[in-house]
Amino acid sequence: MSFELRATGSVTAIEGPLLFLKRVVKAGLGEAVEVEAADGGVRPGRIVALDEDRIVVELLENTAGLGIDDVVVRFRGEPMTMALGPGLLGRVFDGVGRPRDGGAPVPAMVRKRVDTGTINPALRGLPQDFIETGVSSIDILNSLVRGQKLPIFSAGGLPHDRLAAGIAQTARLRGEGAEGFAVVFAGIGISYDSAEAFRTAMEKSGALEHTAMFLNLASEPSAQRLLTPRYALTAAEYLAFEEGRHVLVILTDMTNYCEALREVSASHGEIPSRKGYPGYMYSDLATIFERAGLVEGKPGTLTQVPILTMPADDISHPIPDLTGYITEGQIVLDRALEHKGIYPPVNVLPSLSRLMDQGIGEGYTHPDHPALAQQLFSSYARATRVRVLSSVVGRDGLTDVDRLYLDFGNTFEDRFVHHEEMRPFEASFAIGWEMLAMLPERELSRLSDKQIARHIAPLRETAGEATDG
Amino acid sequence: MTHGLITSVAGPVIKARRDGPITLGEAVRVGHDALLGEVVRLSSTEMTAQVYEDTTGLAPGDMLTGTGAPLSVRLGPHLLGHIFDGLLRPLRHDLAPVSYDVEHMVNPGDRVSAGQKLARVSGPAKDQFILVPAGVAQAEVASIESGSYARDDSVAILRLPDGSEREIALTHTWPVRQPRPVRHRLPADTAMVTGQRILDSLFPVARGGRAAIPGGFGTGKTVLQETLAKWCDADVIVYVGCGERGNEMAEVLHEFPALEDPRTGRPLMERTVIVANTSNMPVAAREASIYTGATVGEYFRDQGFNVALMADSTSRWAEALREVSGRLGELPSESGYPAYLSSRMSEFYERAGRVETLGGGEGSLTIIGAVSPPAGDFSEPVTSHTKRFVRSFWGLDRGRAQARFYPAIHPLQSYSEDAAGLTGWWTAHGNPKWPEQRGRVLDLLEAQAELERMARIVGKDAMPPGQQLTLLCADLVDDAFLRQSAFSEMDRTCSPEKQTAMLSVLMQFFDRATAAVARGADVQAIAELPVYRRVSRMGEEIADGDLDAFVALTAEIDAAIGGLKLEGQDEL
Ligand SMILES: Nc1ncnc2c1ncn2[C@@H]1O[C@H](COP(=O)(O)OP(=O)(O)OP(=O)(O)O)[C@@H](O)[C@H]1O
Ligand SMILES: [Mg+2]
Repeated sequence: MSFELRATGSVTAIEGPLLFLKRVVKAGLGEAVEVEAADGGVRPGRIVALDEDRIVVELLENTAGLGIDDVVVRFRGEPMTMALGPGLLGRVFDGVGRPRDGGAPVPAMVRKRVDTGTINPALRGLPQDFIETGVSSIDILNSLVRGQKLPIFSAGGLPHDRLAAGIAQTARLRGEGAEGFAVVFAGIGISYDSAEAFRTAMEKSGALEHTAMFLNLASEPSAQRLLTPRYALTAAEYLAFEEGRHVLVILTDMTNYCEALREVSASHGEIPSRKGYPGYMYSDLATIFERAGLVEGKPGTLTQVPILTMPADDISHPIPDLTGYITEGQIVLDRALEHKGIYPPVNVLPSLSRLMDQGIGEGYTHPDHPALAQQLFSSYARATRVRVLSSVVGRDGLTDVDRLYLDFGNTFEDRFVHHEEMRPFEASFAIGWEMLAMLPERELSRLSDKQIARHIAPLRETAGEATDG
Repeated sequence: MTHGLITSVAGPVIKARRDGPITLGEAVRVGHDALLGEVVRLSSTEMTAQVYEDTTGLAPGDMLTGTGAPLSVRLGPHLLGHIFDGLLRPLRHDLAPVSYDVEHMVNPGDRVSAGQKLARVSGPAKDQFILVPAGVAQAEVASIESGSYARDDSVAILRLPDGSEREIALTHTWPVRQPRPVRHRLPADTAMVTGQRILDSLFPVARGGRAAIPGGFGTGKTVLQETLAKWCDADVIVYVGCGERGNEMAEVLHEFPALEDPRTGRPLMERTVIVANTSNMPVAAREASIYTGATVGEYFRDQGFNVALMADSTSRWAEALREVSGRLGELPSESGYPAYLSSRMSEFYERAGRVETLGGGEGSLTIIGAVSPPAGDFSEPVTSHTKRFVRSFWGLDRGRAQARFYPAIHPLQSYSEDAAGLTGWWTAHGNPKWPEQRGRVLDLLEAQAELERMARIVGKDAMPPGQQLTLLCADLVDDAFLRQSAFSEMDRTCSPEKQTAMLSVLMQFFDRATAAVARGADVQAIAELPVYRRVSRMGEEIADGDLDAFVALTAEIDAAIGGLKLEGQDEL
């Protein structure tokens, strides 16, 4: 049901993105409206509050150019929906799902609400299939699992776009055929260049036909940024749970999303919480990130790799902080590593994949993979502590063992973390053990005697032979 | 029934004009879909309610109806083994109805009183009981029959002193915000065994205790709560997922049925009730879910069980309070939280306790709440208030978590007020030396922090051997005792006996090593002994119950350290 209200005289005020109307029709909370201005432009919006006399509409576009007297408001009588059907992949849409590639709209087989997708927790399937990304610091130490939400915490000027594009092209399950993922890319307030770079990268690898892009560019209305991830995820859910595909969703840049949220909240006159962001930002972000997962009895999966840029490189800023409290880990990029010329500059210590334990080890990757990861973490953590120590007391003030750790830390960054080309799991796994072979056995308390005999001892023998010979 | 006409709608908060009496806290049904809500504010003609479900589509002019009762949940034998929403409504609707075998424990004509057991409901897992309701001081059993009953059937009839009759059913409702009464509280002198060494041996929680787990994101709160839910020695676990992840609920649902309770041999799921209000579910129900959990916990406590309630995370509950309070236009206090935050928190934690039940039995409810401080900063309001209300504080440390040193509980930031009362318990469980050993370990860790600060200035090499040994021993405590992976088949849980054995191995190592260093032995040589590696991996390598292996390890320590060459010995 959709009916029209000619709003002449009904709009009483426009304040920022908010439109105040006299309540002359019966409309419910959260329902969608379309606002048509004299210039003919149609702006989407939704009802955010109602009382006996008044309806408050939040417009998800620029309100500049709107007049009070000449707008037409159409009430849709239902929450915001999106028409979906076959043929989403290979297409480019704007931030609210309208084609921007000159093609026709997709056939409307179903209409879905853009803001739900709440998966009943009792009906969730357990994510546990290991995804090979071709990145050592992810595959070995912070493994991605199908159905996980694993963000990249980045910062201005760091190569998160390249990393995300690389993952989108490479990601596949091990052991199966080369079947990759369907990719949904949501560009939220990003520059045209970033969007184009992603598109070109996908095109080059031939993956563009498995990709749907939703773009809200930096030049486009910021209020629309609140909708872009929701439209993209609604499409992704359709691809996953109706068409049965394995979908990888890249949301970038979530920082722009949060800025838009702050802007809209301020215009509502809400009492802000930390740094001016609204107190409900946690719940709001959760409605986006919780849309990753598996559903019992449905074929596909939805994996999310959101990207955010940490303001002032600060991981305790509310945006990364609240995100980290919702997502299932994070991949943290580090400026110091970038300066050392390391790509991808993943700082493995603050990085984490919480679903890793479900997707690695016996039957998934290698039975000794968990122990390898634990030992690498523990040793590298010690190496970074020694590094701090040596900056004070100097290399000579260190004990013999600590000097070994210092070398281990550098080699680990140069040889394990750093690699320009995508690296298969087996290669990353082997290099991991080579790193540990730099340390004496006593330092490897996370490994069993058997694991040492299996993986470390043979390396020592060949090293020994080499020097003997 | 009182009705109301909705006048305004904003998020989960609605206002309405009412046509009759209604009380604060009364449950209401809102709109066409009869959404559940609760009256939170009243004036002469107006009322404000918070709605526990999605309010999309609600509009002024819609109706609302009072239910005449406070917000309540349905308690009964159908809870164990299942998952519910924040108001205890089942989240699975595809389960076949079950019937319950009921066996009467009293006979018609018997006089009974509040809290007394009327009948036993037997199930595959554990027997549950139907009690005389708390409000019934004295009554005579008019009828009661054993047999097989459906969930909502009536099982007995009681005749009250005034001659009226009261039906007793398998299930009953209870207002979530009202604590269930008990006869009196008992002292906290029994340990709740968690199977986690750093907790049981250093920072224990007593049965009926209150504990908090604060920590930044990814430091291990949920894994610790799940680990406790799996291996602690409670009879019933109430797991409240409050504003956290859906996948974590899925994990519990998938994992627990396959794990066996080591005490009963039954699947762990059979002793577990899950209350789930995940982060994407309506925020007002998140606020209620904490009370729902406490009510379920008390219900089982009253049947004489030891219950452990895990609330993950109490910060999300506090935030839900803040959000609703903001929408009500209340004046914010610290960080936007309402001024009543602290009193609500104390009310919640106060529901924990070891008690003599109304029926004269003994039961306990232990509450363990996770706290998620913004930016991991423990000085924020929720963490600092929590600190005032709990007796055990298990602070998680980002540095430890980043080194994958789990559980990442920081020994110098944690404490337990229950420890002092548990000496007797440890003595009765075979370790009279526990207070002394615990003190020694804590001192060592304290000294470690001090010496490491010093090493950053002078370098480790420049330290005297005694101090180097202290650092070595502290490293060993960390590695051998405090580290315990939740994912290790062998080490995920550790009995008090094994903890005692491990402590005594460590003490032996300290003593021997100290003596050897005093005689001139080289600290580095001690670190390089194969036995050092054996001790540091003993949790992982020696099975629970294999006490002989610990005896052998002690002997190995004696031999290895005793056999060390002392400096200058060559020349002798
Ligand atoms: N005791 C443990 N043993 C082994 N691994 C652990 C342990 N505790 C935590 N971890 C690891 O740390 C990860 C994060 O832990 P967890 O999810 O419990 O954090 P959290 O404190 O609940 O974070 P959040 O506040 O974001 O929910 C886990 O996925 C697991 O890999
Ligand atoms: Mg958690």
